[in-house]
Amino acid sequence: MSIQIENLYFAYGKKKVLEGISFEVPDKCLCSVLGPNGAGKTTLFKCILGMLKKYRGEIKIDDISTRNLSAKELAHRIAYIPQSHNQTFDYRVIDMALMGTDHNLSMFSAPGRKEILRAEEALDRVGILYMREKLFSHLSGGEQQLVLVARALAQGSHTLLMDEPTSALDYGNQSMVMEQARLLADEGYCVVLSTHTPQHSLWYADMALALQGGNIAAFGAPAKVLNEELIDTLYGVKTNFIETESGTIISPGSKTYRKTN
Amino acid sequence: MRQSKPINSDRPKRTGFVFTVLIIALISVFLISFMLGRYPVSVIRVLEVFASKVMSIFGLSPISTVTPEMEAVVWNIRLPRILMACLVGCCLSCAGASYQGVFQNPMASPDILGASNGAAFGAALAILLGLANRMITIAAFVSSIATVAIVFLVAKYAPGQKTMNLILAGIMIGSLFSAGTSYIKLVADPSNQLPQITYWLMGSLSGVKLKDFNLVVIGAMVIGCAALFAIRWKINLLTLGDEEARSLGINTNRLRLIVIVASTLVTAASISVSGVIGWVGLVIPHIARKLVGSNYRYLIPASMISGAVFLLIVDNFSRNLLATEIPLGILTAFVGAPFFVYLILKRAKTF
Repeated sequence: MSIQIENLYFAYGKKKVLEGISFEVPDKCLCSVLGPNGAGKTTLFKCILGMLKKYRGEIKIDDISTRNLSAKELAHRIAYIPQSHNQTFDYRVIDMALMGTDHNLSMFSAPGRKEILRAEEALDRVGILYMREKLFSHLSGGEQQLVLVARALAQGSHTLLMDEPTSALDYGNQSMVMEQARLLADEGYCVVLSTHTPQHSLWYADMALALQGGNIAAFGAPAKVLNEELIDTLYGVKTNFIETESGTIISPGSKTYRKTN
Repeated sequence: MRQSKPINSDRPKRTGFVFTVLIIALISVFLISFMLGRYPVSVIRVLEVFASKVMSIFGLSPISTVTPEMEAVVWNIRLPRILMACLVGCCLSCAGASYQGVFQNPMASPDILGASNGAAFGAALAILLGLANRMITIAAFVSSIATVAIVFLVAKYAPGQKTMNLILAGIMIGSLFSAGTSYIKLVADPSNQLPQITYWLMGSLSGVKLKDFNLVVIGAMVIGCAALFAIRWKINLLTLGDEEARSLGINTNRLRLIVIVASTLVTAASISVSGVIGWVGLVIPHIARKLVGSNYRYLIPASMISGAVFLLIVDNFSRNLLATEIPLGILTAFVGAPFFVYLILKRAKTF
C-alpha cells in the first residue's frame, strides 16, 4: 500500500474541510481526485505533504505514519508536483531538476556529479533532456510541467502528488502531461493527481476519488464509479456518457448543443 | 528525438570565462586604486611597498627605493580604504542577492529589514552624544542588528505568511527608526553635529582605519560572507516559495533564519563603517544574474566579486573626482538609479 488515509479530519478554525475520509492508493496506480472547487482536494494534498499538521486521523506512506516526519524524511517518500507557474528567478531546466536531489545533500554541499547524473536521467525519462540548458520561462506550459515531473523523479520517491497538472495547459499539452503520468504509474509509481476534467479520469486513471463537501462521494475504478449522476452531484451539470469503441466519452447534456439544421 | 550528451556539470556556458574576467578586473582595479590620489605612486612602487613589507616580516632589509612617505601613503592610508571598499561592496552585494532569494523578490535590497535605518539611528545618536568615531561605528552596528532583531520578532508572532510579515515589519520598524533619526537631526547642534550626521547618512569610507572595532567589523563580514557562500546552493530552493521548498525536503524556517542572520550581519557591519550606501545591494546582484544566471551557486561568488570591483571604482571617483570627497551614497545612486530605469525599460527577460 503506498498511500493510506484513515479517518482524516481537518478544519480551518470552525470551518470543516475534511470530514473523516479514508482511502488507499496502491503502487502502480494512477488515482485521480475529482471534485468541485472547495471540495477539499487542496487541503487533502496539503495534509499529505505535511504543510498542514493539525489534522486528526492517520496518513501513511509505505506503511509509515507521516505525522512526525521531518521535511527531509518526507521528501524521501513523496514528491509534490505543483502547477507550473513562472518562477521569480528564471532557472535553467537542469537547475530545476537538480533541486529535486537536494534532500540527499547536507547543509553545506551543492549537487555533485552523482546528483547531476540523476537529474539528467530524470529529464531523459520524460523526454526533455535536450532542453537541459533552456530557461524555464522559455518553455511551454506543458514542458514546464514535465520539468517539474522530472524534478520529482530526481527526488527519487515512489509516490507522486500532482496538483491539477492540466488546469492551465492547452489541449496538446494536457494529453502530453497525462500520458506521462500514465507511463509513470505503469512503471510502478503511485501517482495521485487532482483534475477538473472527469474525462481524464476515464481515459488515464486506475482509480477515481470524488470529493464533495469534505466527504468521499465515490471511490473506485473510474468506469464503475463515474456516471451521469455523480457528475451532476459534483458539478451540477447534465452530461451524457457515450460508449464508443475508444472508451466512454463524456459529452455535455444535449439541450446545450448549438442547433444544427 | 535530439539528445545532448551528459555534461556532468551544472555550470552554465561562459561561467569560467566570466569569473576569469571578474578576477582579473578585481586585481587590476585593486592595484590601480593604489596609484590614484593626491600623492601619485606608480604601480611598480606600489608593488615595491608590498614586497618590502613582506620582506620585513621575514627579517630582510626593506627595499631602498621605498621612502617612508610612500609607505605611509600606500600602506597606512590607501590600503585600509581600498580593502574596506572591496569588503563593503562584496558584503552589500551578496547580502542583497541573498535577501532577494529569501523574499523571492528581485526588488529586495540589504536594507529591506530596516538594517540601514537602524544603523543610521544608532550613528546619529552617538554623534548627538558627542562620542568618538569608534563609538559611532559600534552604535551603528549594534543598533542595526537590534532593529532587524525587533523586525524578526514582530514577524514571528504575527499570523500569516512569513516573508510578507517580515517585509511589512521591516517597513514599519524601519520608518520608526528613520523618524527617530529625523528627530535627532532636528535637535542636533546645526553647526557641528548636524553636518556630521548628514555626511554619515550619505556614506563615505574616508579616514577608515584597520584597527580597534573595525577589526571586529571585518571579522563579522568574513564570517557572514563565508556562511552565505557555504549555503549558497540552498538559497535556490528558498526562491521557490515555502511550500515547494518544504516538499523538496528543506526546513525552510531554519534555512531562512540562517540566511537572514548572515545577511544582516554583513549588512550591519558594512553600514557601520561606511555609512548608508544604497543601490549596491540591489543593482549588483542583477548584473551578476545577467552574467552567470540565477543559480546561487554561481550567483553569490559573482555578486561578491562584482560588488567589490564596483564599490572600489566608485570609491576611487569619490576620493579623486573633486578636490573634496563626494559621498559614496550619492555616487552609487547616480549609477544605480539610471541602471534601474534601464532595467524597467528592458524588463522582458531580466528576471
